[in-house]
Amino acid sequence: MDGHIAAAPLVEVRGCRQSYHKDSATDLLVLDDVNLKIASGEIVGLLGRSGSGKSTLLRIVSGLLTPTSGEVLWRGTPVHGPAPGVAMVFQSFALFPWLTVQENVELGLEAQGVARKEREDRAEAAIDLIGLGGYESAYPKELSGGMRQRVGLARALVVHPDLLLMDEPFSALDVLTAETLRTDLIDLWMEQKLPVKSVLLVTHNIEEAVLMCDRILVFSSNPGRVASELVVPFPHPRNRLAPDFRQMVDDIYALMTRRAAKPAASVPTPAAEAGFATPLAPVSTNLLAGLLEALAQPPYDGRADLPALAASLQLEADELLPMGEALQLLRFADLADGDLHLTDAGKQFVHADTDERKVIFATALRTHVPLVAAIRRTLDERWNHRASAVRFRDELEDHMSPDYAEDTLRTAIAWGRYAELYSYDEEAAQFSLEDIDTAS
Amino acid sequence: MPQPVPSSLSVQRRMPNLWDVVAILCVFAAIMAVVKVTPATLQPIDAAGATDISLDPSNLPAYALRTTLRMFAALFASLVFTFIFAPLAAKSRRAGLVMVPILDILQSVPILGFLTFTTAFFMSLFPGKVAGLELAAIFAVFTSQAWNMTFSFYQSLTTLPNDLVEATRAFRLSGWQRFWRLEVPFAMPGLVWNMMLSMSGGWFFVVASEAITLGDKSWTLPGIGSYVAVALDKKDMGAIWWAIFTMFLVILAYDQLLFRPLVAWSAKFRVELTAGATAEDPWVLKLLRRTRALRVVGDAVGAAFGAIGRMRLDFSSARRPTRISQPSRLGDAVFFTITLIAVGAAVWEIIDYVVSHNVGFAELGLTVGLGLITMLRVVVLIVLASLVWVPIGVWIGLRPSLARSIGIVAQFVAAFPANLFFPVFVILIVRYHGSPDIWLTPLMILGTQWYILFNVIAGASAFPGDLLEASRNFRVGGFLWWRRVILPGIFPYFVTGAITASGGSWNAAIVAEVASWGDTKLQAHGLGAYIAQATDEGNFAHVVLGVVVMSCFVLAFNRVLWRPVYAFATRRLTL
Repeated sequence: MDGHIAAAPLVEVRGCRQSYHKDSATDLLVLDDVNLKIASGEIVGLLGRSGSGKSTLLRIVSGLLTPTSGEVLWRGTPVHGPAPGVAMVFQSFALFPWLTVQENVELGLEAQGVARKEREDRAEAAIDLIGLGGYESAYPKELSGGMRQRVGLARALVVHPDLLLMDEPFSALDVLTAETLRTDLIDLWMEQKLPVKSVLLVTHNIEEAVLMCDRILVFSSNPGRVASELVVPFPHPRNRLAPDFRQMVDDIYALMTRRAAKPAASVPTPAAEAGFATPLAPVSTNLLAGLLEALAQPPYDGRADLPALAASLQLEADELLPMGEALQLLRFADLADGDLHLTDAGKQFVHADTDERKVIFATALRTHVPLVAAIRRTLDERWNHRASAVRFRDELEDHMSPDYAEDTLRTAIAWGRYAELYSYDEEAAQFSLEDIDTAS
Repeated sequence: MPQPVPSSLSVQRRMPNLWDVVAILCVFAAIMAVVKVTPATLQPIDAAGATDISLDPSNLPAYALRTTLRMFAALFASLVFTFIFAPLAAKSRRAGLVMVPILDILQSVPILGFLTFTTAFFMSLFPGKVAGLELAAIFAVFTSQAWNMTFSFYQSLTTLPNDLVEATRAFRLSGWQRFWRLEVPFAMPGLVWNMMLSMSGGWFFVVASEAITLGDKSWTLPGIGSYVAVALDKKDMGAIWWAIFTMFLVILAYDQLLFRPLVAWSAKFRVELTAGATAEDPWVLKLLRRTRALRVVGDAVGAAFGAIGRMRLDFSSARRPTRISQPSRLGDAVFFTITLIAVGAAVWEIIDYVVSHNVGFAELGLTVGLGLITMLRVVVLIVLASLVWVPIGVWIGLRPSLARSIGIVAQFVAAFPANLFFPVFVILIVRYHGSPDIWLTPLMILGTQWYILFNVIAGASAFPGDLLEASRNFRVGGFLWWRRVILPGIFPYFVTGAITASGGSWNAAIVAEVASWGDTKLQAHGLGAYIAQATDEGNFAHVVLGVVVMSCFVLAFNRVLWRPVYAFATRRLTL
């Protein structure tokens, strides 16, 4: 396989930018200057947090989406529109519920105008390869999640694509099923039974990336950039428990936390400077409190290694990191080099009772979360102590995509409510100071 | 946009069972019984109740107001009926056995064929007074609104989430409290949606029921419908345009002031904890929620309803733990005896009617033949309308921003009473000497085709994005895309729309197969024209025959065609 890598790349993405157009403000970047080459014979992983634009990049590579600027080259020639020679496996499976397994698998061939006999033979071969023999006449509804994703795989493989695109293919499956599918796929790849030249895998699961990929591109968020590129040197089959493997997972955790911690301090756009437009991830206060308590107790006693913490809490990196960042933002914990450790404020919070916790949380919010502080200040200044949520959302949307703005505002609402800094009327979309003790 | 299940299809059974037969017999016998009492009471009534209609457009606001008030009176009556009938049918096993099929049959009876009897009936209650006419018109609208609302409520009552029911038990709510705290709120989204559909359909009937001719007598109630009828008589095209314009304003006001706020408001009763993507509040609702004075009024109304709901009104003992109670043998025996007696009476009534009115097989054959012609019309219209609106609906539905605005327009158009436009067509047919058999036909679907359009739009906009992506990724295009991807995806929605459209078309046949412009009268061949003509001649036996045969056609159409199709669609084609 090494011989292939030297040849011209299968796909090349050059200087790709994707921006979301907003009329009132400057364009918001989703992807910024992304370059990517995929050679024949390799499995490449795009690893990043949700919302980092990695799925967008996948759609650009597949030709489903045209980038705002930059180009996609297939074997040296630019493509426009859905590229031939790619087939995609979807996170949600995307099976047509009204077609049987066989018909779903045949769909791509039918679109190519392949004759009926050949179509049936190839579909059956793909179905057998992926271990679904006997299920040809079943409808997707009758299958379990793992079976459905096998159909999705067979459907992609049957067209013999040069590049197999996989968009978080295992994240909708339970742990055991996902692991079986991963190993089956790697086995087929090693035995060179897969009728594809290369695979591009999008994932937010660090272990999955290290387990399957030859090369990993780590994405940073907002806007999405390739933050670093790692080559995974281990031969297949890989052992999750091998020290080298663990070390690599640790390193990637450290890499991702370092990146994530950075923007708040060092990207000085005018509004972010005031901190008003710092995106807040939707993490509930219960989770934060729970995490702080877990952190304070043995075996961690105030300091935890993130991969170990994720494993014991059964959380994915994608779920744990936003929680860690929220704690960091509130100065309840520090996030550095793949470790999370409790600050004094955090310890105080853990030992407080319910009412004291609210007071501590409120103080932390007003000092460290400018958006919450701004909402409260506005309410204090208004004669009727009411303010519409719409204006805050509009202001946020000047600096981030509507989805981020929505998440950020939701989080500010939830945190502020918990801290009893303000109340919120969902139906009127209004903040107010009703039922709030304003003396404090 | 909520997808209502067409109530005529929600009943699982397809083949008529014994209870259907009971229901059919009882409903038909009741029709005949009503008709039998009318001729006797009809004679003494003179045209005293008739009111003069002036074609001066300045009267239109007053007429529009009266028409609208009739609508709301009927809606209120339908709500009361719903709140009584549905809980009875849902909570009593025995009552449900009969009441549900009866509701199903009632839905299939063409209401317009009946206007004359109900008018005569209500006028006999209030001899010589306008009140009788008013009630008759309101009753006509009521019969077009009540059934699907009741069905929707009944369905909600039978599908209450078990955990919530257990919660109300655990907290010892009385039956009355449970009704207001759980059952009504849970049923609200479906009920509101069906109210909206009913209202939309109701405009058609209120317009049709205001001007009634029976034999050589005619009565008119002040309202937009009568205004148009008089304008037709006097060949005043200008007046007809004025009426259309006024109706446009009325529907616009109803849409903005009532429809949209209610739908948005009812969304809060959906039983789901995740805050889904909600559309922005319509301006009226915003006004209600933001304006302090209106809020106070709203809160007062809310508090009043809350107080009703909090009353215990504990008739039976709710504290008794629920036992799986054995059905009481004695109760069953009494119930079946009563049912048997009712069926016997019904059969007697029908035989008596048939014998005394000498309705022979020849006449029956004739009506069935005419029914087939009308059925052909309905089928052709549905096919044509589908060929036109399905591609357009898909095209619109896949463009979200367009779908939102067009969807609103389509719902608006569907509420517009299409019968106001009939004169325009009639004039064209008269002028160009078109064949009534062909050119009167489109009138039947004029008002109902929009249901196909907006259901297809709803289906296409609900089509999952990942499936669209998959089809693009595998480069499925052209005919294959229609056949494998989009048509199966929108099919359940399409069926919902087509059922509503076909049901409406049957009903519209009665007013659409006959049309007049001054002295010129156009008549097509069909069951609708037969009923209309028999009504004109005062031949009650033939009207009854026509109505019964048409009911049977509609029933058969639903059972044989739509129900299996719908069952297939939900089983195979939904996600």
